[in-house]
Amino acid sequence: MAVMNLVEAVRETLRAEMRRDPDVWIVGEDVGKKGGVFGATLGLYDEFGPQRVQDSPLTESAIVGVGIGAALYGTKPVCEIQFADFIFPAMNQIVSEAAKMRYRSNGAWTVPMVIRAPFGGGVHGGLYHSQSVEQYFTNTAGLKVVVPSTPYDAKGLLTAAIRDPDPVLFFEHKGLYRAVKGEVPEEDYTIPIGKADVKRDGTDITVIIYGKVVHFCLEAAELLAREGYSALVLDLRTLLPLDREAIVAAARKTGKVLIAHEAGKTHGVGAEVAAIIAEECLFDLDAPIRRLCGPDVPAMPYAGPMEKFYMLSTEKCLAAMRELAQF
Amino acid sequence: MKEATLARHEALGLTADQVREMYYYMLLTRRLDERLWLLQRGGKIPFVISPQGQEASQVGAAYAFRRRHDWFTPYYRDLGVNLVAGVTPREVMLSAFARGADPASGGKQMPSHWGNRPLNIVSGSSPVTTQLLHAVGIAHAARMRGDDVVVYTACGEGSSNQGDFHEALNWAGVHKLPVIFLVQNNEYAISVPLTQQVAGGSVAARGQGYGMPGIEVDGTDVLAVYGVVKAAHERARRGEGPTLIEARCIRITSHSSDDDQRRYRDPEEIAAVQARDPIVKARQYLMDHGLLDEAGNQELERKVAAAVDDATDWAEAQPYAAPEEALRHVYKEG
Repeated sequence: MAVMNLVEAVRETLRAEMRRDPDVWIVGEDVGKKGGVFGATLGLYDEFGPQRVQDSPLTESAIVGVGIGAALYGTKPVCEIQFADFIFPAMNQIVSEAAKMRYRSNGAWTVPMVIRAPFGGGVHGGLYHSQSVEQYFTNTAGLKVVVPSTPYDAKGLLTAAIRDPDPVLFFEHKGLYRAVKGEVPEEDYTIPIGKADVKRDGTDITVIIYGKVVHFCLEAAELLAREGYSALVLDLRTLLPLDREAIVAAARKTGKVLIAHEAGKTHGVGAEVAAIIAEECLFDLDAPIRRLCGPDVPAMPYAGPMEKFYMLSTEKCLAAMRELAQF
Repeated sequence: MKEATLARHEALGLTADQVREMYYYMLLTRRLDERLWLLQRGGKIPFVISPQGQEASQVGAAYAFRRRHDWFTPYYRDLGVNLVAGVTPREVMLSAFARGADPASGGKQMPSHWGNRPLNIVSGSSPVTTQLLHAVGIAHAARMRGDDVVVYTACGEGSSNQGDFHEALNWAGVHKLPVIFLVQNNEYAISVPLTQQVAGGSVAARGQGYGMPGIEVDGTDVLAVYGVVKAAHERARRGEGPTLIEARCIRITSHSSDDDQRRYRDPEEIAAVQARDPIVKARQYLMDHGLLDEAGNQELERKVAAAVDDATDWAEAQPYAAPEEALRHVYKEG
């Protein structure tokens, strides 16, 4: 079994799907000869040519809008937004068009497409190369929002996203692209969209997270175990639709829940997860639900100390987990 | 010498029957829309947005496309385009009455938000000009598969200021995609006139910046519109790329049933616009060329009126979708 990092897993998945299905094609800025600014499409231009690995003009609304048209025709576009921070010019196409096409046409027209975008901070990207934009989309019915945390998950989820009959936003934390390695089977497999994953089982506290924070919390759980506390780590993997069943089961199991994400706290994914738990199993809880999130400021600052202040970390997660365990 | 000169429709390769059919569709567009206004004013339907004054642009343009073969991402005023592409008066009325069998949306969308899958008419929304990018994507996908498809898309002159308009033209120009962009310039974006919408006053001139011909045509002349769109269609099929066509139209009615144009247009201007009615112009052409006489015209009016009556009565009698249908078709079902 091959060991690869997350961006390699994305690239090999794209390659495999393009070999499998001639209707799958890629469009985005610098995805061609350059292979994307993060190398996610490196080498694909040489294999599949300029029609199927198409460098777009520098226009995000068009990348998505053209993708929608191509999906309506029956092909399977995988659109790359170079940084998630630049997705907002395409907001209208995503929210007004892709998300509503099936609904507004009463099921006649559909938009099976994937929009990939690297997101997240801690890479000295400043305000506009660091944002976690997923929460702008998680209240838009008609979309699916997926965030992989490991190379294995990236392949299974991206394969599922490309084969999905509805539009999928696929957010890849750029801080994981090369930082995390793992075994990725060469054979074809999918991971169902809408299913969370218990990354570590435990009995004292439950941590519900996604993206890069999964790795902070897995490290923290290891350290916490030395202090005698056992943490259940639930990786949401899909933010829309949320896996209510897995969330409630994980909350019930320990009775103490911490939800953590890099994105801001207010009206965030954590708020929705907390509400689900409150609705479904409030009386199984032994402690108030805790949230550890990015601060409610417009975006991540550039200077190292401020960036570090903003970002979550293993230490911050450990402190929050310990406090909850000791409650 | 006079006998040897071809009539304009003959020079375009159109038969007498075809010109008569074009006029039929123009008249059907007008009379359907007039009925919609009556229904709206009578409290039977909530909303109308009108193509009146643009029938020649719409029918002339759509007539150059291949029904059930080419693709359409029309805009909200494109009733005439939809009829030529194969949408029936009954289907138009189903949408107007928001009935469950409405093929565009099952009653979910406001009227004039077209969509008809078997006819390759893509579902549209209310934010303007988004559909131009869909047209470009359709053209790219068709080329990828090696299909001989030309895509029709349209918008108003006000919408030609949206970013998506410029992004779509640029992309189609870069890749020489088979898309025809028809801007139906009716001189008003709701209440704001052309002079305050389009710098330089010409939408067609914008084509040059995107590497494609920008052609201005009299949008009240159905044969003139057909001629330029037909040429653009042939150009697209030859692989020579997109064309921007600005049809200079008129807007006879208010923007929509929720608007009153007397608040921003002088009575003289409205009267002058109505004197340029494309329906009158087309009828005059037919009569001048011996293709229609008064009796034939009355017969045609009766035929159109019967179709409008039938569509109205039939559609009104159809049921709404069940309220719970509001929950369906968010994601693929089953």
